[in-house]
Amino acid sequence: MFKPLDRNGIAARIARDIPEGWFVNLGIGIPTGVSDFVPEDREVIFHAENGVIGIGPAPAPEDINPYLVNAGVQHITLRTGGAFVHHADSFAIARGGHLDLCVLGAFEVSENGDIANWARSPDEPVKQVGGAMDLAVGAKRLWVAMEHNTKNGGESRIRRVCSYPLTAKGVVRRVYTDLAVLDVTSAGFVVVDMVEGLTFEALQERTEAQLVPSSRHGRA
Amino acid sequence: MIDKFVSSRSEALEGIADGSVILLAGFGAGTPEYLVAGLIEQGAKDLTLVVNAGGRDDGPIADLLATGRVKKLICSFVRPASVAGRLYQAGKLDLEIVPQGTLAERIRAAGAGVQAFYTPTAADTLLAEGRETRIINGRNCLLEYPIHGDVALIDAWEADRWGNLTHRESARNYNPIMAMAAKMAIVQTAHVVPLGAIAPANVHTAGVFVQRVLHVPG
Repeated sequence: MFKPLDRNGIAARIARDIPEGWFVNLGIGIPTGVSDFVPEDREVIFHAENGVIGIGPAPAPEDINPYLVNAGVQHITLRTGGAFVHHADSFAIARGGHLDLCVLGAFEVSENGDIANWARSPDEPVKQVGGAMDLAVGAKRLWVAMEHNTKNGGESRIRRVCSYPLTAKGVVRRVYTDLAVLDVTSAGFVVVDMVEGLTFEALQERTEAQLVPSSRHGRA
Repeated sequence: MIDKFVSSRSEALEGIADGSVILLAGFGAGTPEYLVAGLIEQGAKDLTLVVNAGGRDDGPIADLLATGRVKKLICSFVRPASVAGRLYQAGKLDLEIVPQGTLAERIRAAGAGVQAFYTPTAADTLLAEGRETRIINGRNCLLEYPIHGDVALIDAWEADRWGNLTHRESARNYNPIMAMAAKMAIVQTAHVVPLGAIAPANVHTAGVFVQRVLHVPG
Protein backbone atom coordinates (compact mmCIF):
# COMPACT_ATOMS: atom_id res chain seq x y z
CA MET A 1 0.00 0.00 0.00
CA PHE A 2 1.03 3.60 -0.54
CA LYS A 3 -0.03 6.99 0.75
CA PRO A 4 -0.23 9.96 -1.65
CA LEU A 5 1.49 13.14 -0.48
CA ASP A 6 -0.72 15.97 0.69
CA ARG A 7 -0.17 19.46 -0.73
CA ASN A 8 2.41 20.30 1.92
CA GLY A 9 4.10 17.00 1.19
CA ILE A 10 4.48 17.92 -2.47
CA ALA A 11 5.85 21.34 -1.48
CA ALA A 12 8.35 19.75 0.91
CA ARG A 13 9.47 17.26 -1.74
CA ILE A 14 10.16 20.13 -4.16
CA ALA A 15 12.07 22.10 -1.51
CA ARG A 16 14.49 19.16 -1.12
CA ASP A 17 15.63 19.67 -4.73
CA ILE A 18 16.28 23.43 -4.62
CA PRO A 19 19.97 24.08 -3.98
CA GLU A 20 21.57 27.05 -2.27
CA GLY A 21 22.03 30.07 -4.50
CA TRP A 22 19.03 29.62 -6.79
CA PHE A 23 16.77 32.56 -7.64
CA VAL A 24 13.20 31.21 -7.61
CA ASN A 25 9.62 32.29 -8.35
CA LEU A 26 6.78 30.30 -6.76
CA GLY A 27 3.32 30.35 -8.32
CA ILE A 28 0.01 30.42 -6.49
CA GLY A 29 -1.35 27.20 -4.94
CA ILE A 30 0.89 24.30 -3.94
CA PRO A 31 4.09 26.12 -5.06
CA THR A 32 3.56 29.00 -2.60
CA GLY A 33 4.19 26.55 0.25
CA VAL A 34 7.61 25.46 -1.04
CA SER A 35 9.54 28.29 0.67
CA ASP A 36 8.30 27.11 4.09
CA PHE A 37 10.29 23.90 3.61
CA VAL A 38 13.59 25.42 2.52
CA PRO A 39 15.80 25.50 5.64
CA GLU A 40 16.65 29.05 6.76
CA ASP A 41 20.40 28.47 6.48
CA ARG A 42 20.09 27.54 2.80
CA GLU A 43 20.23 30.83 0.88
CA VAL A 44 17.55 30.62 -1.78
CA ILE A 45 16.19 33.96 -3.05
CA PHE A 46 12.46 34.08 -3.73
CA HIS A 47 10.96 36.54 -6.23
CA ALA A 48 7.37 37.77 -6.55
CA GLU A 49 5.89 39.22 -9.75
CA ASN A 50 4.95 42.49 -8.06
CA GLY A 51 8.61 43.42 -7.73
CA VAL A 52 9.79 41.76 -4.51
CA ILE A 53 13.21 40.10 -4.42
CA GLY A 54 14.06 38.15 -1.27
CA ILE A 55 10.74 37.16 0.29
CA GLY A 56 11.05 36.07 3.90
CA PRO A 57 8.64 34.17 6.15
CA ALA A 58 5.09 35.35 6.83
CA PRO A 59 4.99 38.15 9.44
CA ALA A 60 3.56 37.90 12.95
CA PRO A 61 0.23 39.78 13.08
CA GLU A 62 1.82 42.72 14.93
CA ASP A 63 4.56 43.00 12.27
CA ILE A 64 2.30 43.30 9.22
CA ASN A 65 3.39 46.03 6.80
CA PRO A 66 0.48 46.97 4.49
CA TYR A 67 2.94 48.09 1.79
CA LEU A 68 4.63 44.70 1.58
CA VAL A 69 2.71 41.93 -0.19
CA ASN A 70 3.45 39.05 -2.56
CA ALA A 71 1.85 38.28 -5.92
CA GLY A 72 -1.10 36.65 -4.14
CA VAL A 73 -1.54 39.89 -2.14
CA GLN A 74 -0.60 38.09 1.10
CA HIS A 75 1.45 39.96 3.71
CA ILE A 76 5.10 38.97 3.67
CA THR A 77 8.46 39.99 5.11
CA LEU A 78 11.68 40.81 3.30
CA ARG A 79 14.94 39.00 3.95
CA THR A 80 18.09 40.97 4.68
CA GLY A 81 19.57 41.67 1.24
CA GLY A 82 16.17 41.92 -0.42
CA ALA A 83 15.18 44.57 -2.94
CA PHE A 84 12.21 46.12 -4.69
CA VAL A 85 11.89 46.80 -8.42
CA HIS A 86 9.04 48.14 -10.52
CA HIS A 87 6.68 45.85 -12.43
CA ALA A 88 8.46 45.97 -15.80
CA ASP A 89 11.81 45.15 -14.20
CA SER A 90 10.14 42.43 -12.17
CA PHE A 91 8.87 40.80 -15.35
CA ALA A 92 12.23 41.41 -17.02
CA ILE A 93 13.51 39.08 -14.30
CA ALA A 94 10.89 36.51 -15.32
CA ARG A 95 11.01 36.95 -19.11
CA GLY A 96 14.71 37.70 -19.44
CA GLY A 97 15.93 34.33 -18.20
CA HIS A 98 17.06 35.48 -14.75
CA LEU A 99 15.07 32.95 -12.72
CA ASP A 100 16.90 29.69 -12.06
CA LEU A 101 13.55 28.10 -11.36
CA CYS A 102 9.85 28.79 -11.52
CA VAL A 103 7.38 26.39 -9.91
CA LEU A 104 3.80 26.65 -11.17
CA GLY A 105 0.60 24.79 -10.47
CA ALA A 106 -1.19 23.31 -13.49
CA PHE A 107 -4.28 21.50 -14.73
CA GLU A 108 -2.28 19.35 -17.14
CA VAL A 109 1.24 18.70 -18.42
CA SER A 110 2.00 16.81 -21.64
CA GLU A 111 4.92 14.55 -22.49
CA ASN A 112 6.57 17.19 -24.68
CA GLY A 113 6.51 19.68 -21.80
CA ASP A 114 3.39 21.68 -22.67
CA ILE A 115 1.65 23.22 -19.67
CA ALA A 116 -2.04 24.13 -19.34
CA ASN A 117 -2.81 26.13 -16.21
CA TRP A 118 -5.01 29.12 -17.02
CA ALA A 119 -8.31 27.99 -18.55
CA ARG A 120 -10.35 24.80 -18.51
CA SER A 121 -11.89 25.46 -21.93
CA PRO A 122 -11.34 27.78 -24.91
CA ASP A 123 -14.92 28.99 -24.38
CA GLU A 124 -14.45 30.04 -20.78
CA PRO A 125 -16.11 33.46 -20.72
CA VAL A 126 -13.75 35.24 -18.36
CA LYS A 127 -10.03 34.74 -18.83
CA GLN A 128 -7.58 34.65 -15.96
CA VAL A 129 -4.06 34.77 -17.36
CA GLY A 130 -2.03 36.69 -14.76
CA GLY A 131 1.73 36.18 -15.07
CA ALA A 132 1.90 32.45 -15.82
CA MET A 133 2.61 32.78 -19.56
CA ASP A 134 5.53 35.13 -18.88
CA LEU A 135 7.02 32.91 -16.18
CA ALA A 136 6.56 29.72 -18.20
CA VAL A 137 8.51 30.93 -21.24
CA GLY A 138 11.09 32.98 -19.37
CA ALA A 139 12.46 30.94 -16.46
CA LYS A 140 15.62 28.86 -16.96
CA ARG A 141 13.70 25.85 -15.70
CA LEU A 142 10.02 25.25 -15.08
CA TRP A 143 8.77 22.68 -12.59
CA VAL A 144 5.10 21.93 -12.06
CA ALA A 145 3.44 21.00 -8.78
CA MET A 146 0.01 19.38 -9.00
CA GLU A 147 -2.12 16.41 -8.03
CA HIS A 148 -1.52 13.44 -10.33
CA ASN A 149 -5.22 12.89 -11.02
CA THR A 150 -8.33 15.09 -10.97
CA LYS A 151 -10.41 15.06 -7.81
CA ASN A 152 -13.59 14.13 -9.65
CA GLY A 153 -13.23 11.04 -11.76
CA GLY A 154 -9.53 10.52 -11.23
CA GLU A 155 -8.56 11.63 -14.76
CA SER A 156 -4.82 11.76 -15.35
CA ARG A 157 -3.31 15.24 -15.45
CA ILE A 158 -0.13 13.73 -16.97
CA ARG A 159 -1.08 13.59 -20.64
CA ARG A 160 0.21 12.63 -24.06
CA VAL A 161 -1.40 15.86 -25.28
CA CYS A 162 -2.99 18.57 -23.13
CA SER A 163 -6.76 18.85 -23.52
CA TYR A 164 -6.99 22.32 -21.94
CA PRO A 165 -5.78 25.57 -23.57
CA LEU A 166 -2.00 25.88 -23.35
CA THR A 167 -0.08 28.34 -21.22
CA ALA A 168 3.15 27.57 -23.09
CA LYS A 169 4.62 24.86 -25.31
CA GLY A 170 7.55 22.58 -24.52
CA VAL A 171 8.75 24.33 -21.37
CA VAL A 172 8.15 21.97 -18.41
CA ARG A 173 11.28 20.18 -17.19
CA ARG A 174 9.91 18.28 -14.18
CA VAL A 175 6.57 17.49 -12.55
CA TYR A 176 6.02 16.85 -8.83
CA THR A 177 2.72 15.15 -8.04
CA ASP A 178 1.23 13.54 -4.95
CA LEU A 179 2.41 10.20 -6.36
CA ALA A 180 5.68 10.74 -8.21
CA VAL A 181 8.41 12.96 -9.60
CA LEU A 182 8.58 12.84 -13.41
CA ASP A 183 11.21 14.34 -15.69
CA VAL A 184 10.13 15.53 -19.14
CA THR A 185 12.64 14.04 -21.60
CA SER A 186 12.85 13.40 -25.33
CA ALA A 187 11.87 9.79 -24.48
CA GLY A 188 8.76 10.95 -22.58
CA PHE A 189 8.03 11.12 -18.85
CA VAL A 190 10.81 9.44 -16.88
CA VAL A 191 9.87 8.38 -13.34
CA VAL A 192 12.61 9.67 -11.04
CA ASP A 193 10.81 9.11 -7.74
CA MET A 194 7.59 7.59 -6.38
CA VAL A 195 5.91 7.62 -2.97
CA GLU A 196 6.85 4.67 -0.83
CA GLY A 197 4.94 1.49 -1.61
CA LEU A 198 3.83 2.57 -5.11
CA THR A 199 4.90 0.36 -8.03
CA PHE A 200 5.74 1.54 -11.53
CA GLU A 201 2.79 -0.49 -12.84
CA ALA A 202 0.34 1.06 -10.39
CA LEU A 203 1.61 4.54 -11.31
CA GLN A 204 1.23 3.78 -15.03
CA GLU A 205 -2.38 2.67 -14.42
CA ARG A 206 -3.11 6.15 -13.03
CA THR A 207 -1.33 7.95 -15.88
CA GLU A 208 -2.59 8.59 -19.40
CA ALA A 209 0.88 9.26 -20.87
CA GLN A 210 3.38 6.44 -21.32
CA LEU A 211 5.91 6.39 -18.47
CA VAL A 212 9.55 5.38 -18.70
CA PRO A 213 11.22 3.74 -15.72
CA SER A 214 14.30 5.49 -14.43
CA SER A 215 17.57 3.55 -14.30
CA ARG A 216 17.60 4.31 -10.60
CA HIS A 217 13.97 3.30 -10.33
CA GLY A 218 12.51 3.70 -6.85
CA ARG A 219 13.26 6.43 -4.39
CA ALA A 220 15.57 9.08 -5.78
CA MET B 1 9.96 78.10 -10.08
CA ILE B 2 8.78 74.64 -10.97
CA ASP B 3 5.99 73.55 -8.67
CA LYS B 4 3.83 70.59 -9.63
CA PHE B 5 1.74 70.60 -6.45
CA VAL B 6 -1.96 71.24 -6.78
CA SER B 7 -4.17 72.18 -3.85
CA SER B 8 -7.30 70.10 -4.43
CA ARG B 9 -8.47 66.86 -5.94
CA SER B 10 -10.65 68.65 -8.48
CA GLU B 11 -7.62 70.67 -9.60
CA ALA B 12 -5.57 67.46 -9.82
CA LEU B 13 -8.12 65.79 -12.08
CA GLU B 14 -9.17 68.82 -14.09
CA GLY B 15 -9.47 68.29 -17.82
CA ILE B 16 -9.71 64.50 -17.94
CA ALA B 17 -11.77 64.11 -21.10
CA ASP B 18 -14.38 61.56 -22.13
CA GLY B 19 -12.74 58.69 -24.03
CA SER B 20 -9.44 58.96 -22.14
CA VAL B 21 -7.13 56.00 -21.58
CA ILE B 22 -6.51 55.85 -17.82
CA LEU B 23 -3.51 53.95 -16.48
CA LEU B 24 -4.23 52.98 -12.88
CA ALA B 25 -1.26 51.78 -10.83
CA GLY B 26 -1.36 49.38 -7.88
CA PHE B 27 -1.07 45.72 -7.00
CA GLY B 28 -2.45 44.96 -3.55
CA ALA B 29 -0.63 48.10 -2.44
CA GLY B 30 0.18 51.34 -4.23
CA THR B 31 -3.27 52.14 -5.65
CA PRO B 32 -4.05 55.90 -5.55
CA GLU B 33 -7.51 55.35 -4.07
CA TYR B 34 -8.26 59.00 -3.30
CA LEU B 35 -7.67 59.93 -6.96
CA VAL B 36 -9.88 57.06 -8.17
CA ALA B 37 -12.69 58.30 -5.95
CA GLY B 38 -12.12 61.73 -7.46
CA LEU B 39 -12.30 60.37 -11.00
CA ILE B 40 -15.69 58.84 -10.17
CA GLU B 41 -16.83 62.25 -8.92
CA GLN B 42 -15.29 64.06 -11.92
CA GLY B 43 -17.54 62.14 -14.27
CA ALA B 44 -15.48 61.44 -17.40
CA LYS B 45 -17.02 58.61 -19.44
CA ASP B 46 -16.22 56.14 -22.25
CA LEU B 47 -12.94 55.48 -20.50
CA THR B 48 -10.41 52.77 -21.26
CA LEU B 49 -8.99 51.54 -17.96
CA VAL B 50 -5.57 49.86 -17.87
CA VAL B 51 -4.88 48.12 -14.57
CA ASN B 52 -3.21 44.92 -13.36
CA ALA B 53 -6.47 43.09 -12.61
CA GLY B 54 -10.20 43.69 -12.72
CA GLY B 55 -10.62 43.81 -8.96
CA ARG B 56 -13.28 42.29 -6.74
CA ASP B 57 -16.74 43.31 -5.58
CA ASP B 58 -15.54 46.30 -3.64
CA GLY B 59 -12.58 48.63 -3.70
CA PRO B 60 -11.60 51.46 -6.02
CA ILE B 61 -11.55 49.49 -9.31
CA ALA B 62 -14.94 47.92 -8.68
CA ASP B 63 -16.38 51.30 -7.69
CA LEU B 64 -15.10 52.91 -10.90
CA LEU B 65 -16.38 50.05 -13.10
CA ALA B 66 -19.76 50.10 -11.36
CA THR B 67 -20.35 53.66 -12.62
CA GLY B 68 -20.65 52.21 -16.14
CA ARG B 69 -18.29 54.88 -17.45
CA VAL B 70 -15.53 52.43 -18.37
CA LYS B 71 -16.14 50.99 -21.85
CA LYS B 72 -12.97 48.92 -22.08
CA LEU B 73 -10.78 47.19 -19.52
CA ILE B 74 -7.21 46.11 -20.32
CA CYS B 75 -5.75 43.89 -17.59
CA SER B 76 -4.08 40.53 -16.87
CA PHE B 77 -7.02 38.79 -15.25
CA VAL B 78 -10.64 39.17 -14.21
CA ARG B 79 -12.38 37.14 -11.55
CA PRO B 80 -15.69 35.79 -12.89
CA ALA B 81 -17.35 36.72 -9.59
CA SER B 82 -16.55 40.43 -9.57
CA VAL B 83 -18.03 43.66 -10.86
CA ALA B 84 -15.71 43.43 -13.91
CA GLY B 85 -16.57 39.75 -14.56
CA ARG B 86 -20.31 40.38 -14.41
CA LEU B 87 -20.20 43.53 -16.58
CA TYR B 88 -18.19 41.66 -19.20
CA GLN B 89 -20.53 38.65 -19.21
CA ALA B 90 -23.51 41.01 -19.54
CA GLY B 91 -21.89 42.55 -22.64
CA LYS B 92 -21.43 45.92 -20.95
CA LEU B 93 -17.64 45.99 -20.89
CA ASP B 94 -14.99 45.27 -23.54
CA LEU B 95 -12.15 43.22 -22.18
CA GLU B 96 -8.59 42.78 -23.39
CA ILE B 97 -6.70 40.19 -21.37
CA VAL B 98 -2.93 40.62 -21.53
CA PRO B 99 -0.28 38.44 -19.83
CA GLN B 100 0.99 40.40 -16.87
CA GLY B 101 4.60 40.71 -18.07
CA THR B 102 3.45 41.74 -21.54
CA LEU B 103 1.15 44.30 -19.93
CA ALA B 104 4.03 45.79 -17.95
CA GLU B 105 6.33 45.75 -20.98
CA ARG B 106 3.72 47.35 -23.27
CA ILE B 107 3.35 50.16 -20.74
CA ARG B 108 7.12 50.51 -20.39
CA ALA B 109 7.45 50.51 -24.19
CA ALA B 110 5.00 53.40 -24.42
CA GLY B 111 7.07 55.41 -21.97
CA ALA B 112 10.30 54.53 -23.77
CA GLY B 113 9.20 55.27 -27.32
CA VAL B 114 9.39 51.64 -28.43
CA GLN B 115 6.87 51.26 -31.26
CA ALA B 116 6.42 47.47 -31.00
CA PHE B 117 8.24 44.38 -29.76
CA TYR B 118 8.19 40.61 -30.15
CA THR B 119 7.98 38.27 -27.15
CA PRO B 120 7.61 34.49 -26.78
CA THR B 121 5.01 35.09 -24.05
CA ALA B 122 1.60 33.81 -25.23
CA ALA B 123 2.88 33.12 -28.77
CA ASP B 124 1.71 29.48 -28.64
CA THR B 125 -1.62 30.19 -26.97
CA LEU B 126 -5.21 31.16 -27.74
CA LEU B 127 -4.26 34.79 -27.12
CA ALA B 128 -2.16 34.74 -30.31
CA GLU B 129 -5.03 33.69 -32.58
CA GLY B 130 -5.33 35.96 -35.60
CA ARG B 131 -2.26 37.97 -34.63
CA GLU B 132 1.20 38.36 -36.10
CA THR B 133 3.80 35.84 -34.92
CA ARG B 134 7.32 35.30 -36.15
CA ILE B 135 10.16 32.88 -35.41
CA ILE B 136 13.07 34.79 -33.89
CA ASN B 137 16.23 32.91 -32.85
CA GLY B 138 14.28 29.68 -33.17
CA ARG B 139 11.47 30.77 -30.88
CA ASN B 140 7.91 31.57 -31.83
CA CYS B 141 7.22 35.18 -30.84
CA LEU B 142 4.16 37.41 -30.76
CA LEU B 143 4.06 41.03 -31.91
CA GLU B 144 2.96 43.46 -29.20
CA TYR B 145 2.26 47.19 -29.30
CA PRO B 146 2.74 49.82 -26.59
CA ILE B 147 -0.08 51.02 -24.35
CA HIS B 148 -0.09 54.82 -24.10
CA GLY B 149 -2.13 56.58 -21.45
CA ASP B 150 -3.78 59.96 -21.61
CA VAL B 151 -3.70 59.96 -17.82
CA ALA B 152 -1.88 57.89 -15.20
CA LEU B 153 -3.10 57.80 -11.62
CA ILE B 154 -0.06 57.30 -9.41
CA ASP B 155 0.57 56.60 -5.72
CA ALA B 156 3.70 57.82 -3.95
CA TRP B 157 5.13 57.83 -0.43
CA GLU B 158 7.14 61.07 -0.82
CA ALA B 159 7.15 63.80 -3.45
CA ASP B 160 8.99 67.09 -3.94
CA ARG B 161 7.88 70.07 -6.01
CA TRP B 162 9.71 68.81 -9.11
CA GLY B 163 7.64 65.64 -8.93
CA ASN B 164 10.46 63.34 -7.85
CA LEU B 165 8.88 60.37 -6.08
CA THR B 166 9.60 57.49 -3.79
CA HIS B 167 7.29 54.51 -3.36
CA ARG B 168 6.96 52.30 -0.29
CA GLU B 169 8.17 48.67 -0.56
CA SER B 170 6.02 46.66 -2.98
CA ALA B 171 3.71 49.66 -3.47
CA ARG B 172 6.14 50.64 -6.25
CA ASN B 173 4.79 48.04 -8.78
CA TYR B 174 3.24 49.80 -11.80
CA ASN B 175 3.72 53.36 -10.51
CA PRO B 176 7.05 54.29 -12.18
CA ILE B 177 6.20 52.78 -15.58
CA MET B 178 2.65 54.13 -15.73
CA ALA B 179 3.94 57.61 -14.90
CA MET B 180 6.32 57.28 -17.87
CA ALA B 181 3.63 56.08 -20.27
CA ALA B 182 1.01 58.80 -19.84
CA LYS B 183 0.72 62.35 -21.15
CA MET B 184 -0.51 63.43 -17.73
CA ALA B 185 0.74 61.62 -14.63
CA ILE B 186 -1.27 62.67 -11.59
CA VAL B 187 0.19 61.67 -8.22
CA GLN B 188 -1.25 61.33 -4.76
CA THR B 189 1.55 61.39 -2.22
CA ALA B 190 1.46 60.58 1.48
CA HIS B 191 4.31 63.00 2.26
CA VAL B 192 5.58 66.25 0.83
CA VAL B 193 9.31 66.87 1.17
CA PRO B 194 11.53 69.82 0.23
CA LEU B 195 13.45 69.70 -3.03
CA GLY B 196 16.68 67.79 -2.37
CA ALA B 197 15.32 65.86 0.62
CA ILE B 198 15.07 62.66 -1.42
CA ALA B 199 18.65 61.51 -1.98
CA PRO B 200 19.24 61.74 -5.75
CA ALA B 201 20.22 58.07 -5.92
CA ASN B 202 16.99 57.10 -4.19
CA VAL B 203 14.47 58.74 -6.53
CA HIS B 204 12.21 55.91 -7.78
CA THR B 205 10.23 57.95 -10.31
CA ALA B 206 11.97 61.04 -11.68
CA GLY B 207 9.99 64.26 -11.82
CA VAL B 208 10.29 64.42 -15.61
CA PHE B 209 7.55 61.75 -15.73
CA VAL B 210 5.18 63.60 -13.38
CA GLN B 211 2.82 66.49 -14.15
CA ARG B 212 0.63 67.06 -11.06
CA VAL B 213 1.04 66.13 -7.40
CA LEU B 214 -1.59 66.20 -4.67
CA HIS B 215 -0.76 65.81 -0.99
CA VAL B 216 -3.04 63.16 0.49
CA PRO B 217 -1.87 62.51 4.05
CA GLY B 218 -2.57 58.91 4.90
